Amino acid sequence: MPGRRPDVSDRRQYVSCFVDDLMVGIKVEDVQEVTSGSELTHVPLAPAVVSGLLNLRGHIVTTIDLRRCLHLGSRPADQPPVHIILRTDDGCVGLLVDQVGDVLEVDDEDFEAPPRTLRGSLRDLITGAYKLDGGLLLALDTERALAFSSGEQT
Amino acid sequence: MSGLDTIAKEFVVESRENLDQLEIDLMALEGNPSSRETLASIFRTVHTIKGAAGFMRLAKLEALAHSGESLLSQLRDGVLVINPVITSALLALADCTRLMLTHVEQTGTEGDTDCAAIVERLARVAEGGGQTRSRQPDGAPPPEAEAVGQPNANEGNRPVQAGSNVRVSVEHLDKLMNLVGELVLARNEIIQFSAIQESSALLNTSQRLNSITTLLQEGIMKTRMQPIDKVWNKLPRVVRDAAQYCGKRVRLEMEGKDTELDRTLIEAIQDPLTHVIRNSIDHGLETWEKRVAAGKSAEGHIRLRAFHEGGQVTIEVSDDGGGIDVAAIRRKALERGLITPEQSRGMSEPEAMNLVFLAGLSTAEKVTSISGRGVGMDVVKTNIEQIGGKVSIQSQAGVGTTLRMRIPLTLAIMTALVVTSGDESYAIPQVNVLELVHVDAKDVRAKIEMMCDAAVYRLRGELLPLVWLDGQFTSGASDTTRARLVGRLTEWDALNIVVLQADELKFGLIVDDVSDTQEIVVKPLGRHVRGIPIFAGATIMGNGRVALILDVPGLAVRSSVLSEAREKSAVRSDVSLEADPEPTQALLLFSGPDDTRMAIPLSRITRLEEFSRASVERVGGRDVVQYFGDTLSLTDIATLMPGARARNRASLTTASESFQVLVYSKDGRQLGVVVDRILDTVEERLVNLRPTTRQGVTGSVVINGRVTEILDLDTLCADVVAPPVSEDAHAGAEA
Repeated sequence: MPGRRPDVSDRRQYVSCFVDDLMVGIKVEDVQEVTSGSELTHVPLAPAVVSGLLNLRGHIVTTIDLRRCLHLGSRPADQPPVHIILRTDDGCVGLLVDQVGDVLEVDDEDFEAPPRTLRGSLRDLITGAYKLDGGLLLALDTERALAFSSGEQT
Repeated sequence: MSGLDTIAKEFVVESRENLDQLEIDLMALEGNPSSRETLASIFRTVHTIKGAAGFMRLAKLEALAHSGESLLSQLRDGVLVINPVITSALLALADCTRLMLTHVEQTGTEGDTDCAAIVERLARVAEGGGQTRSRQPDGAPPPEAEAVGQPNANEGNRPVQAGSNVRVSVEHLDKLMNLVGELVLARNEIIQFSAIQESSALLNTSQRLNSITTLLQEGIMKTRMQPIDKVWNKLPRVVRDAAQYCGKRVRLEMEGKDTELDRTLIEAIQDPLTHVIRNSIDHGLETWEKRVAAGKSAEGHIRLRAFHEGGQVTIEVSDDGGGIDVAAIRRKALERGLITPEQSRGMSEPEAMNLVFLAGLSTAEKVTSISGRGVGMDVVKTNIEQIGGKVSIQSQAGVGTTLRMRIPLTLAIMTALVVTSGDESYAIPQVNVLELVHVDAKDVRAKIEMMCDAAVYRLRGELLPLVWLDGQFTSGASDTTRARLVGRLTEWDALNIVVLQADELKFGLIVDDVSDTQEIVVKPLGRHVRGIPIFAGATIMGNGRVALILDVPGLAVRSSVLSEAREKSAVRSDVSLEADPEPTQALLLFSGPDDTRMAIPLSRITRLEEFSRASVERVGGRDVVQYFGDTLSLTDIATLMPGARARNRASLTTASESFQVLVYSKDGRQLGVVVDRILDTVEERLVNLRPTTRQGVTGSVVINGRVTEILDLDTLCADVVAPPVSEDAHAGAEA
């Protein structure tokens, strides 16, 4: 099928990840890498969504807990932390998720804005959802998610 | 085309460096006109620029350099001897060249900079327009060409000491530094690994790897350091220009040129330093007529000194001028409405002197083009503070002024004390650490004393406020209730106190464990955590974990050791710099009779205690308690106050289960002064004291928005501490 579609402008790639029972997609361009098992340094007095600081090959990266961004319950303690490292204008930021899935290619045709009934933090942080066979892929608005967590929201 | 661009870029960078060298050499030549080596170096520089300009087809620049070269060859051949006119003409050449280089950098062409006037000026000077004809020093052979050396046109363009230096971009160095950081981590793992492998070969290799890595790390760090001369060598020109402009004669002395600083700091201090020097020449030094009249040498001295001191670099700029006219500064500050008359009256001499750092204040009687526009010293202060430094000024009328800047060696690397609290390590900048105190478990109860909610430790007779590091980490109201603290004091085995200095205040930080001091690499924090005031950055420890760097002033403010009010208060604290003449005093605040506010200098009190009602005994008409195997007489503060009538002993009889006592001692005798309630300790400058006629009251002052009487315990207790006098005993007796 992809071979039949020479026009790729309406197809996008998302890195899928899982938090709680949600499947969240992050644009491939925003993702630098995925790391797991790194030790985090706790930052006292930091905003609640900040899970800590991470040493990424000599760079210090702030990590944000996506569960806390979305006001979901805390991560099971036995689950090793997985971080998706995002590129931002202000250096790298890590996003703590439960699990990282495949890179998915999605079609703009399958995209739909969030339903009116969706309220709360999830509505603020996603641009919409892609209707896939296996379920909904929630497209994360990374810029907003990170801005919210640094307290820059209006 | 990009090849040509690269060449043009290199040409600009190298020519700028050459011009820097040219200026240094010209200044040297003025000081020592017979130095052929210097003259040869100048000649080579100009020649190099000319050659390169020709190659780049920059005709005007080439012509300019050519006329400079003609003038220089006259000098070299002994036809002319260097004099100020010639030097100025050559400096003008350098300035004009710089202008063209900027143009080349931006547009690739030399632009329409008009250099005809300078070419003509150089030619005029070369023809002898520079009035001084060469006078052959008697006996000295005419300077010959051999020393100057005829440079070959095809000799390449870096004739001086080429090959000993390589240009490396800072970005590249930073990258190397990060890589070394990772190497360190890998090494640590290898060492751990080799320890369990029981292979002596592996062990040897890993040890070698260890020492090489350390050396490499040190080496890379050193590459970022540059001697301060990098900035200083531009100053002779600054001094010359400013001196000429002001018509003054100035001699510049420099001491400590080799003092090394991180290159980012070198850049940061350039502008402030230039400004300070101009200021010294323009405002500081008198005209030579005045100097001679005052019995000084006609030539003014500016002295620059740089040296390392306690992990910091001190840079001093001193002049032997007229000193700062403090009265004039006061007047100006008042005129401009920068301070109020009351503030001015309450201000001591050094405090008033620090007003020069206020924006909008200039004391020059007339405004000149180089300084005196009222911007400057405040910018100097801000710039230096931005890089973590401090500025202070000292001045003596008629003798001179010294401006002292203290800046950290580097922003990137600092020595830090590593401590642990909970599971995490924290780094404390060594500059803030005064000493470490370890209190054994058995001494904790006796040595840590409670002052209401605040714990203190007596450090060589001074009370040191204590702050628990982990207590600062809980958000919301700082969790230092007395019960909790007392609980902690009993549950902890031993205490590690890091004595810290923030501004002029000392406080003790209690941590779980003190590791060691380390050189750490400071890394900035991301935007999510940047705003937390108690952290200054983060670093990566040897084990690869990230550790936060504590910001000691921020910590002091958060723990209320430094009151925020003081931070925010207007002019006074703004200008309170290092040389603070009226140090703050720690005062113990408490409520006295009828809920009045009273305070006593903390230094006058030996202890604070709390006794239960039940422990009070009556002996000889006095209330006493047993206290460390002795008896301590108690007296209510109300009965001590002048004019107090024997009133109800509220605190002793009607108060709740326990009451608070200040233990005061004099000449080996102790007295317990019962107060209604201990409120707080504050740091105050006891200026602006409203005087009072009441005996035993030093005066009153507004603290935390309430009028507070400062008591003089020595006077108040004079009668009580003396051998028992019946009335006093009576005053303390029940009504």
